[in-house]
Parts: sequence; C-alpha cells; structure tokens
Amino acid sequence: MNTSSNTSMVANIANWLQHQHNRLVVLLVMAALAMFFPLIANNYMLEVLTNAWFYTILCLGLNIVVGYAGLLDLGYAAFFAVGAYTTGILTSQFGVNFWLTIPAAVFCSMVAGIIIGGPTLRLRSDYLAIVTLGFGEIVRIIARNLEITGGASGLIGIDRPYFFGIELSQGIHFYYVFLILAIIACFVSYRLQNSRLGRAWQYVREDEDAAEAMGINRVGVKLYAYVIGAMFGGVAGAFFAVKMTAISPETFTFSQSVLILLGVVLGGMGKIPGVIIGAFALVLFPEVFRDLGSMRMLVFAIVMLVIMLYRPEGIWPRGKS
Amino acid sequence: MALLEVEDMVLSFSGLEVIRKLGFSVETGTIASLIGPNGAGKTSVFNCLTGFYRPDSGQITFNKRSIRRLKPHKITQAGMARTFQNLRLFKSMTVLENVMSGMHCRTSVGAMGAVFHTQSQRREEELIRLVSEECLSFVGLLDKKDRHAGNLPYGDQRRVEWARALATKPKLLLLDEPAAGLNHDEKQELIELILHIRNELGITILLIEHDMGLVMKVSEKITVIDYGKKIAEGSAEEVQNNPKVIEAYLGSEDEAL
Amino acid sequence: MSTTDIILQQLANGLIMGSFYAMVALGYTMVYGIIKLLNFAHGDLYMVGGFVGFLILSAISSLLGESWTAIVCSMVLSMLAVGMLGVIIQRVAYRPMLTAPRLSILITALAVSMILSNGVMTITDGEYMAFNTDLGFDGLDFGNVFISYTQLALVISASVLMVILYLFVNKTLYGKAMRAIAIDQDACKLMGINVNKIIALTFFIGSSLAAAAGVMAGVYYGSLHFSMGFVIGLKAFTAAVIGGIGSIPGAMLGGLLLGLLEAFGTQIPFIGSEWKDVFSFGLLILLLILKPTGILGKTEIERM
Repeated sequence: MNTSSNTSMVANIANWLQHQHNRLVVLLVMAALAMFFPLIANNYMLEVLTNAWFYTILCLGLNIVVGYAGLLDLGYAAFFAVGAYTTGILTSQFGVNFWLTIPAAVFCSMVAGIIIGGPTLRLRSDYLAIVTLGFGEIVRIIARNLEITGGASGLIGIDRPYFFGIELSQGIHFYYVFLILAIIACFVSYRLQNSRLGRAWQYVREDEDAAEAMGINRVGVKLYAYVIGAMFGGVAGAFFAVKMTAISPETFTFSQSVLILLGVVLGGMGKIPGVIIGAFALVLFPEVFRDLGSMRMLVFAIVMLVIMLYRPEGIWPRGKS
Repeated sequence: MALLEVEDMVLSFSGLEVIRKLGFSVETGTIASLIGPNGAGKTSVFNCLTGFYRPDSGQITFNKRSIRRLKPHKITQAGMARTFQNLRLFKSMTVLENVMSGMHCRTSVGAMGAVFHTQSQRREEELIRLVSEECLSFVGLLDKKDRHAGNLPYGDQRRVEWARALATKPKLLLLDEPAAGLNHDEKQELIELILHIRNELGITILLIEHDMGLVMKVSEKITVIDYGKKIAEGSAEEVQNNPKVIEAYLGSEDEAL
Repeated sequence: MSTTDIILQQLANGLIMGSFYAMVALGYTMVYGIIKLLNFAHGDLYMVGGFVGFLILSAISSLLGESWTAIVCSMVLSMLAVGMLGVIIQRVAYRPMLTAPRLSILITALAVSMILSNGVMTITDGEYMAFNTDLGFDGLDFGNVFISYTQLALVISASVLMVILYLFVNKTLYGKAMRAIAIDQDACKLMGINVNKIIALTFFIGSSLAAAAGVMAGVYYGSLHFSMGFVIGLKAFTAAVIGGIGSIPGAMLGGLLLGLLEAFGTQIPFIGSEWKDVFSFGLLILLLILKPTGILGKTEIERM
C-alpha cells in the first residue's frame, strides 16, 4: 500500500528528533504522560504498564551486552533469577529489610556475571551463546532442586517493603517504582553509551583485532558489559520478588531469556528508544491480541525472523549518517 | 641504543616453521625496514611483535622489557602501535571516533565516572578529543573528522589508521605495507609523512614494504628475510648489492631458465 | 547384578544413546564446517523428524501394519521431508544472512528454532504423542544384560547411515566439493563449484540424519513431545564439540563418548537424576573453555 510514505514519515520524525531541543520536548511530554498516567488508568492498565516498565529495565540491561558489546547472551534470565532469589531468600528466610537486600542482589548478580563471563568471554561468539544458554538452564535447575530456594514450587510469602512508613502494596506504588527504575536504567545506559567505555564496546563489536591493537583489553571490556548487564537484571529481579511476593523457577526459563532478547532485537539493538519500544511491544502485544494464547511465542519468533531478514537494525530508525 | 631487539625468534604453525631463529634490532629514533619476497614471513614477524601470535621461542625486548608473553593491548600500552596490511578501521564510526580509540589505553575513567560525569571524566573526554584532533590534523584529515570512516577514499582511510596509531602515543610505529594500493603522488606524500613522524614526533619506525623505491628512500637500516630467516642486513646500498638478496628476489641462476 | 553386568548394560545403553547423539551431532558439524553457522534449529529438526515419521506411520499403517517395513518406510520418507525442510530454511533464513554480522545470523537461527518448536507446540497443543509400534519387547538376553531387538535395530541403522555418509563425503565428487567449500568458499566459486547447491545439499543431509534420529527416538521412547529437540540439541552440540566441531568422524566419536559418559555418569552416587542435565551442561561449558577444538578438530593458529 503506502509503506514507502510510512517509512519516509518515520524517517522525517527521526530527523526532527535529531535536534537536541526537539528531543527534549518529546522527552518531557513522554515523562509527563508516564507520570500522570495512573490518574486516568484502571488497575488492569496500570498492571500492564508496570510490567512494560519492568521489561524495559531487563531489555536495557541485556542491550548493554547484546547491543553495545555485541555478545549474544541466551541466559539473561539467570541474572534476573539471581537478583530475585537473593532478595527472596534474605527477606523471607533471614528477615532482612528489603532495601538492604538490594546491594546484596546487585552483588550476587555481579558475581554470577563474573563467574560465567570471566572464563568464557574469550570464546567465539557462537560458543559464548551456547555457554550462556547452558548457564541459564543450570541456574534454573539449581533453583528447582535446592531447599533454600523452595524447590520446584519456589518461594512464597515474600514481605512487601516499606517506603518511609508506607507499605508498597498497591498497583500504583509499583507503577512508580518501576517507572523510576526504568528512568534510571535509561539514564545510566545513555551515559555509558556516550563514554570512553561505550566507545570501547563499539570498537570491540566492530573489529576485535583492531580494537586490541589500539590497546583495548578485549576480554576486560566485554566483562564490564556483561557485569553491568547482570546488575540491571539483579536489580530488576529484586524488585520483581517483592512485587510478586512469590517467585518460582519457571519464571526464569530459556523462553524468558529469549523474550528479553526479542525486546532488544525488535526495537533496535543498541538504541535506547528502540529498546523501550521493543519492551512495550513485548508486553502490550499479547494483551491486545488475547486470542493468540499459546501461539504468542510462535508469533514472536516469526516477528523476530522477519525483523532479522528485512530490518536487522530494528523498528527504530537509524540516526543520520 | 636498541629500542626493539629480537633474538632467536621461532614461530611454527602445526609443525611448519614460518620464522626460524630470526634476530634483528631497531635503534631508537631510526627508520628501519623489514623486506623479503612474498611469503617470507614478514607479517608473521609483525604479529609476533604485537602479540597477535605467540612465538615458540626466542626473546623480544622492547624498551628494555621482555614483551614475548604480553597480550596485544599490553604491548600497545607499552608503546608499540601498528597499522594493518588490509585496512581494519571501525567502518561505521566517524573518523574522529576511530582516532579516539587510540587514546583508550592512555586514559582510565570507567563506568562510575561515565554515569556520574565526574570532573575527571569530563577532563579526560576533553583530552581524548583534543589529542585525537591533533593526530588528525597531523595527517591532514581534520576537516573530515565527522565523516564515516567507511565512506572515505582508500588513501584517506590509510591516513585514519595512521592517526589512530599515533593517538596511542607510541615509541615505535609498525607499518604493514603502507604503500600498498597508493598511486605515485600518494607515495610521495607517504614518504614525507614517514619522515615527518620521525623528525617531528621522534617516533621510531619499522616498516614492511614491497615497494623497493620507497624502502630504499626512507630506510636507514634494512633487514631482509627469506623463508623466515635473516639473509642480509645493512644500509640500502649494502642490501641492494648483496648476492643473497638478489637470489632471493630473482631466484638463483640454476633455477632460472 | 555383578559389576561386570552393570558395566556391560551401561555400555549397551551408552552406545544406544550415543548413536542418537552422533546422528544429530553430524548435522551440527557438517553445517558448521561448511558455513561456520551454529544452527540452533538443528535440534528442532530432529523433533520435527519424529513427528513427521509418526504422521507417515499412522497414514501407512493401515496398509503395512506397524511392522519394521512400515517403520523403515516412514523413516525414509521423514528423512526426505525434513531434509527438504532444512533446505528451505537454509534458502529462506540463512542464505540472505551469510554476509551479515555473526550476531545477526545467530539470532536468525534462534528465531527459526523457536518457530519450529512453538509451531509444533501449537499444532499438538503441547501434548505428548504416543508413538505406537507393535515391535514388542523381545530381545537378546545375556543373563543379566538385556538388549531388545529394537535397540539393536537402532544401533545398526544408525551405523549404516553413518557409513553411507562417510563414504559419500570421502568418495564422491559432491563430498569433495563439500570439504573444499569448508576450506575456502571463494576459491571454490572461482573453480566453478556451485557453492549454493552444495550448501543446500549439506543442509539436506544434515537435516535428514536428524530426522532419522527423531524417528528412532520415537520408536525407542514410544512418545514424542515438541520440547524434545531442545535438550538433545544441546547434547548433540556438546558431542560435536567433544569430537571437534567441523569434523565428521569427530561427531560420531563425540556422540558415542557422550552417550557412554552419561550412561556411566548416572551410576555415580551423589548425582541424582535431577542433576543429570546440570552435569551435561557443566561438562559442555568446561569443555568449551578448556578444549574448544575437541579431539579431532583442527587446531587453529594460536591467536592471543
């Protein structure tokens, strides 16, 4: 039909967005919308959007690994799991205050990132993909078989946290919690992208040998990306645990990792607005097309294939060159 | 004083010796060349020096320090920079961003600095930009700094590689066939640039080259290798008249029909 | 049971599992050897092969009964069908991506894998399918060691297929072209080899071997499930890496070794069956880190 006029319209918008001033306006309008959305939304809409912000954090975290450093991680759900279980175990079994478990969750996911990334990041990219996949499965099987993680049924009855005396228990509370976390995640991603480290990731992604010849520690820089990505997952996991008050190993399957990857690929690897759109698409699509039911993953997989074949840079248009 | 000293270097790929007991040295402040017929092992020598291959045995001393077991990035940090025979630019990035990669190993701010934009981070970013622009203006590409590296003409892309190597602030610059693919005028410019780098910046240069005219013009010392072995060494004149060199390049009389 | 009996029984079990792994590993290794692609969808082709074989068997059992003839017929037909599917996948999804960055083609392969497994899930409603045969449970009984005729037939047919493959790759012109492309694709183009055709052929052979293994698995286990390709895909990949990825004899050897390793691994006390997959995946990770070239793989030039 008129796809060409559509794409040129998108391109025009993208061009318009290149100007700092315009971008700021759009950003402010979007932030205001996000801020005041709960005033007009019902509980169901609130829940869906909270979930979308939650996936935004996860996708931005994986984007650092896949989009910035160009490493295919097929076990990202493992870091999310480590964060969720750390908080879950510490609050429900040791009575630790939720806010104190956050540093622990971050620390544990970082350690997990170092353990798996340290020895494997020098491997070829396809081997790395398989290793991360195996690692993701190992974490899930361990969670299913240990006593401290509650076995196959998982942990239940995780306490809700208090924030200056208010118990965070309502949908609206968590909407704002995840909105703020998503904003922080965007900010951190943006700052990292435009830094010495961000450039180093791009050098390594484009040409490892040349990057090394320029004095860049290939493995070290990748490990940095891996660990920072893991931290995003850990934080998201910690808050996920108290929002749901229950976690089970089946949340952290290979499909979950693939879903997060899809969000990153869909919007556009390495592009923050693209990744946010990808995360929203991931959450909103099954809500809009409820009839799909179990065919959801099939449709997602087909979308992923089509994107890779026809628009590998994702939905979000490329910046001008 | 020798800046780089190679002794008894041996490199083999699955049993086949590519470099056999090679020894040579590069004096501080000189322009030296490594020449030899196709397949003599020149690029392998470069790859050993820069840490991309690990030689089986032998010693490599750079700036009074053994570098045989160092990784490539450590060697660059120690002050040895290289260019590649077939260009290896970061093609989708701008010229300036390409050159900024060279400053990576001379700076240190990490993730925290990047996120919080600390004062040292801002100062460092400024420095990276400044040095990179200096390097670009040195090779005469400053006006093209915002172009995408992959879109430049071939000759300019070579210059980007040079600027990038210079941004690592090297003591020794290794040039792998810098004249390949250049026309006559560009070669003249190249000779000037090489001399310029040595004279103005005081950087020692070691180059591999096929273009004998260029080698003879700029080199103060030439090492000739064949089948991974050194067969001659000396000034341009000495090497040109050495019968072994002539034989290596033209074949011995028995083989010639 | 005496220790010798246990060893013999596990040896038999290991060889049977090993021949499954080897057949699937062959496809991985052939595709990897020729276009350096880790085909994530390969395990799913095994699964699809099982289902296609089941469909054909149900269709022809009214004519031939559920006898050996019918099973062999359905296996051959399933091999042809899934072989074609492999070629189509290669043509549609992988060929356009060959010049794209490595990350893109890996994600493409992942997408294909998800499409196959979720497609079959949708069709089967995620249910198990009973793979009925009337082969019975007879077999050879050596005192305490028992090998059913089914098991014996599986090992024999796997061996026959592998011998045919070995002869094909080493004795025919097509096989020579395959090996040549694995070494230098551009040079082959210049020499007038129809590279695309040979790559398609490689996918056909690899996929049909996976399908054969899928049908055998259906006969052996008596049921099929859409998720059965995932774990075997990982394990066959492990087998291919053990043997040295890219090497055809390596894949056979690696498959048998992994089968034996698992069979004896389950005999180790302290490792309950719930930890079995952790054991296999852990082994894979260790192997990739410590010896990524495997037993028969070519050592690449050491690049620091």
